[in-house]
Amino acid sequence: MTATGTIKSLFVAAFLTGCLFPVTALAKKERPPLNVKEVIMGHLEDSYQWHLFTAGDRHIGIPLPVIVRSRERGWFVFMSSKLKEQEHYRGFYYADTGRLKGKIVENDTAGQQVRPFDISITKNVLALFFSCGILIFLVLRLSGRYRKLELEGNPDAVPAGIPGIMEWFIMSIHDGVIKKCVGKDYQRYAPYLLTAFFFIFLNNVLGLVPIFPAGANLTGNIAITMGLAFFTMFAVNIFGNREYWKEILWPDVPVFMKVPVPIMQIIEFFGILTKPLALTIRLFANIFAGHIIILALTSLVFLTVAMGPAVNASMSAASVLFSVFMMALELLVAYIQAYVFTMLSSIFIGLSRQEPHKHKTACAVQDQSIH
Amino acid sequence: MDLLMPDSGLLFWMLLSFGILFLILARYGWPVITGAVERRNERIAKALSDAAAARQLLATLKQQEEKILQQSRDEQTKMIEQTAAMRKELLEQAREAAREESRLALEHARTQIEKEREIAFQEVRSYVASLSLEVAEKVLREQLDSDIRHLELINRMVDESLKPRA
Repeated sequence: MTATGTIKSLFVAAFLTGCLFPVTALAKKERPPLNVKEVIMGHLEDSYQWHLFTAGDRHIGIPLPVIVRSRERGWFVFMSSKLKEQEHYRGFYYADTGRLKGKIVENDTAGQQVRPFDISITKNVLALFFSCGILIFLVLRLSGRYRKLELEGNPDAVPAGIPGIMEWFIMSIHDGVIKKCVGKDYQRYAPYLLTAFFFIFLNNVLGLVPIFPAGANLTGNIAITMGLAFFTMFAVNIFGNREYWKEILWPDVPVFMKVPVPIMQIIEFFGILTKPLALTIRLFANIFAGHIIILALTSLVFLTVAMGPAVNASMSAASVLFSVFMMALELLVAYIQAYVFTMLSSIFIGLSRQEPHKHKTACAVQDQSIH
Repeated sequence: MDLLMPDSGLLFWMLLSFGILFLILARYGWPVITGAVERRNERIAKALSDAAAARQLLATLKQQEEKILQQSRDEQTKMIEQTAAMRKELLEQAREAAREESRLALEHARTQIEKEREIAFQEVRSYVASLSLEVAEKVLREQLDSDIRHLELINRMVDESLKPRA
């Protein structure tokens, strides 16, 4: 793990050197000093083009399609390369201040700056497609392998090598997390939970790889984690059984806490909302924070340029060392956060399908005896 | 800073692509893999339990074989014993019969001897009688006639003389 971390951190250093060095070099002349916060946020936030590197004053990147629907003028589809900084294209332009900074906006007939309905293929959307494609490719290839083995009448062959590792990985989540935490009906939920785990894990790892098709901060984006949490919330509440809804609408507490003022019901209702919220924030914050730390450590190299070569060299060495350490840690976090998300989702689903109380205590006792 | 504000466009794409990803993988991916692995595990578990059962059966068979062997061995011993007893009995019987036979023969011989002796005695007696008669005749020739009365007298006298000897 440390070896791959090293390689990745070297990539990060090389990559960031590539894109930040011109900025610092220019800082010596006229430009204002390096704004670390802006650099870091620029790497973590979504954008309309995939920025690859900066050569001199030119930003080299891949333009991506913008798909917007203006409330007054209808749909527009164009490449983001048509829209340069400080320019208008068909009435659209980048907002440069306020809450919408960096987003594509337009002016309505009243002259007010409004945001159109925006489903552009942004950097994150492209990364999302890319990771979904990888996941489908890997999983379908593995399942095809099993199908083929079964057709050949050799279903007892145990795969070796990469498929063997994948089988072990999949089954460790399937048996170790899903089967244990969901309980009786686990087979119904296993496909969703496995998809969620490997989607999160793959994107966490891709987020650490700093070269082109990877490197987007996908699982550190709240829209992505919210989408995932939404699916879990859907699974919990749509397939919740009678016991689950009884616990919410008529829990086992003294009557005065339920009527006339429905205190318990309100609390339980918030419980429905806080579960996915916790999932959303936990995954987002963990991955986001990890990326910030790595970027900040890398920025040390460029921040200390002004302090002379001795300080700069020593700080650069320290920065690389710490980056290596953080990359290794982030690889661990990539797994842990995917694991935690899947485990919590499994537990929430399991709780929504629990048997009436008597049964539950028996299960709990049995569970304890197993552990 | 809109860090905590989810972007609606990205959320839309996320729901769409994750939904499609889920549908594809749930239909063609995960169940195939987990099903294959679970079936394989079941088969392995079954093979193991079958092997254990076979081992158990083998052990039982061996035990049975041992039992049958022991039984036949016991039977053999018993048969040998029986035969020996029978032999002994037969021998005893034969010996008994032989003894009886020899006893009878002995008896027969004894009576035969007795008879022979009787005859011999008779002969001797008649010979002695005739001898004595002759003697007496020679003695009495002068006095007595050899008639029947005299012969009887002599015979009785011989008898009387023999009796205490017998």
